[in-house]
Amino acid sequence: MGQQYRVAVLPIVSARGLTKKFDDFEAVRGIDFEIARGEAFGFLGPNGAGKSSTMRMIGCVSPVTSGTLRLFDLDPATSGKEIRARMGVVPQQDNLDSELTVFDNLVVYGRYFDIPRAECKSRARELLDFVQLSDRADSRVEPLSGGMKRRLTIARSLINQPELLLLDEPTTGLDPQARHILWDRLYRLKQQGVTLVLTTHYMDEAEQLCDRLVVMDGGRIVAEGSPRELIAQHSTREVLELRFPAGTNAERARSVTDLGERHEILPDRILVYADDGESVLHEVHARGLSPESALVRRSTLEDVFLRLTGRSLVD
Amino acid sequence: MTTPPAVRVWESHMTLLKRIWKTNLTLGFVQPILFLLGMGLGVGSLVDARTASSDALGGMGYLAFLAPALLATTAMLVGSFESTYPVLAGFKWEGTFDSMAATSLTTRQIVAGQLLWWATRVSLAVVGVTVVLVVVPDTRSWGLVPATLSAVLCGLSFSTTVGAYAATREYDQSFNYVQRFVVTPLFLFGGAFYPIEALPGILKPIAWVTPLWHGVELTRGFVLETIGFFAVLGHLAVLFAYITLGLYLCDRYFARRLYR
Repeated sequence: MGQQYRVAVLPIVSARGLTKKFDDFEAVRGIDFEIARGEAFGFLGPNGAGKSSTMRMIGCVSPVTSGTLRLFDLDPATSGKEIRARMGVVPQQDNLDSELTVFDNLVVYGRYFDIPRAECKSRARELLDFVQLSDRADSRVEPLSGGMKRRLTIARSLINQPELLLLDEPTTGLDPQARHILWDRLYRLKQQGVTLVLTTHYMDEAEQLCDRLVVMDGGRIVAEGSPRELIAQHSTREVLELRFPAGTNAERARSVTDLGERHEILPDRILVYADDGESVLHEVHARGLSPESALVRRSTLEDVFLRLTGRSLVD
Repeated sequence: MTTPPAVRVWESHMTLLKRIWKTNLTLGFVQPILFLLGMGLGVGSLVDARTASSDALGGMGYLAFLAPALLATTAMLVGSFESTYPVLAGFKWEGTFDSMAATSLTTRQIVAGQLLWWATRVSLAVVGVTVVLVVVPDTRSWGLVPATLSAVLCGLSFSTTVGAYAATREYDQSFNYVQRFVVTPLFLFGGAFYPIEALPGILKPIAWVTPLWHGVELTRGFVLETIGFFAVLGHLAVLFAYITLGLYLCDRYFARRLYR
């Protein structure tokens, strides 16, 4: 948006040894990353991995504990205001003004950036059109559905025509229709040259939207690359999912452990990671095993994610 | 053309006020009228009947004594309330302050905008009382102009300090303490309903250090033309000191809460 002519020399965001400590808790433990202009970059990780803390530092609303962070080659510690002026933020929790109308939420927010009132209004109209909320312009925010509020928050984040858009779990809690509308809008923004930085724990979202991503766990980056690269590095091309009658998994598993590159025994299924799932399945049948069901599927980011961050629950 | 940041923050409140001004303004009138009728006429008829009490008030009627003080008490009630739930909501339930902090605004600008809004909100309420006092013959005077301004300052000394306190709170139960241990006692013991000379010795100094008493002295003094130049300066100095302290603390606590 207005920045297409800029030559992408410097990364739009760069971090070296970035840490964030809250009292004695270290939420981010020394991470390095660079985000190029125009890129869609994702932070993946389970709850408590340090994604939101990292996003807040990038958003210049959380001071860096140590390490360096640069946005537009500026230091948040000294130029927070200038950086924030060029950035849009969609926080994890919608913080719209629930008492104002949909339209006024955008105008008021635009005024915070000192955009002239008339310009705010014309941008607000365009943005409501963009997020398909024009017919709700005069409605109050409070009765809107979750998906509508999310779209409004995204519209609001665009009022200052940002070069960089931060989205913290943009689609958590939304129904599939609402998610697909949002993905479509975000994809259009990316095509217009807006750099997207998002956190998510939906792997399909990351695969849909991100050119490149990092997986965080326990405050550290544990993997980095494009979705395809990550799958290639940390998983196999395909996965064979075998389901045996209840309670017999562990016993049957012994006869397939030598198949594929890696396997995983879950309470209800056995996963065999292999580049050619079909041939492994043939071998399973050849050994006289008859699973209740067998499914060969492509590896997804979810496999990578679970491999890297484990299957235990994090709360 | 640029607009000062504080004004742009204030605009957000005004956008809402434009939609709900009717209820806000009508409610402003109701409470002082109730007090004037209930206390001024009711208690007043008892007080005025006794020569000794009338002397204690400097020979004036009780209604005339009480009415100007309502400017200051209204300012305190509205000024402190506007800094409790609405401020915590901005941090906690609605997140409006967080949404502002993500823009090019700085904490100082957010606080300055908040100050403008508090001033507007308190003024609206106080002017409602002023209008009532213009109608009452005992208090109809040009002194209402400086009295109204003093009341607004009195209200702001509460808004700023209570607002700073609210920025440090996690739960709204804390505001019960403000109400029970600050606002209600001051309302009763701050010199609005009787001269603080009537209080036992230990309570007097407490009245002296609280902003309400200074506000009451100013509003009453201006309306009844019983206040001297140096007294005005002294009382104003205290109110400005509170506002300055309150703003300093707001800046500090808002920043601490927004930029964690």
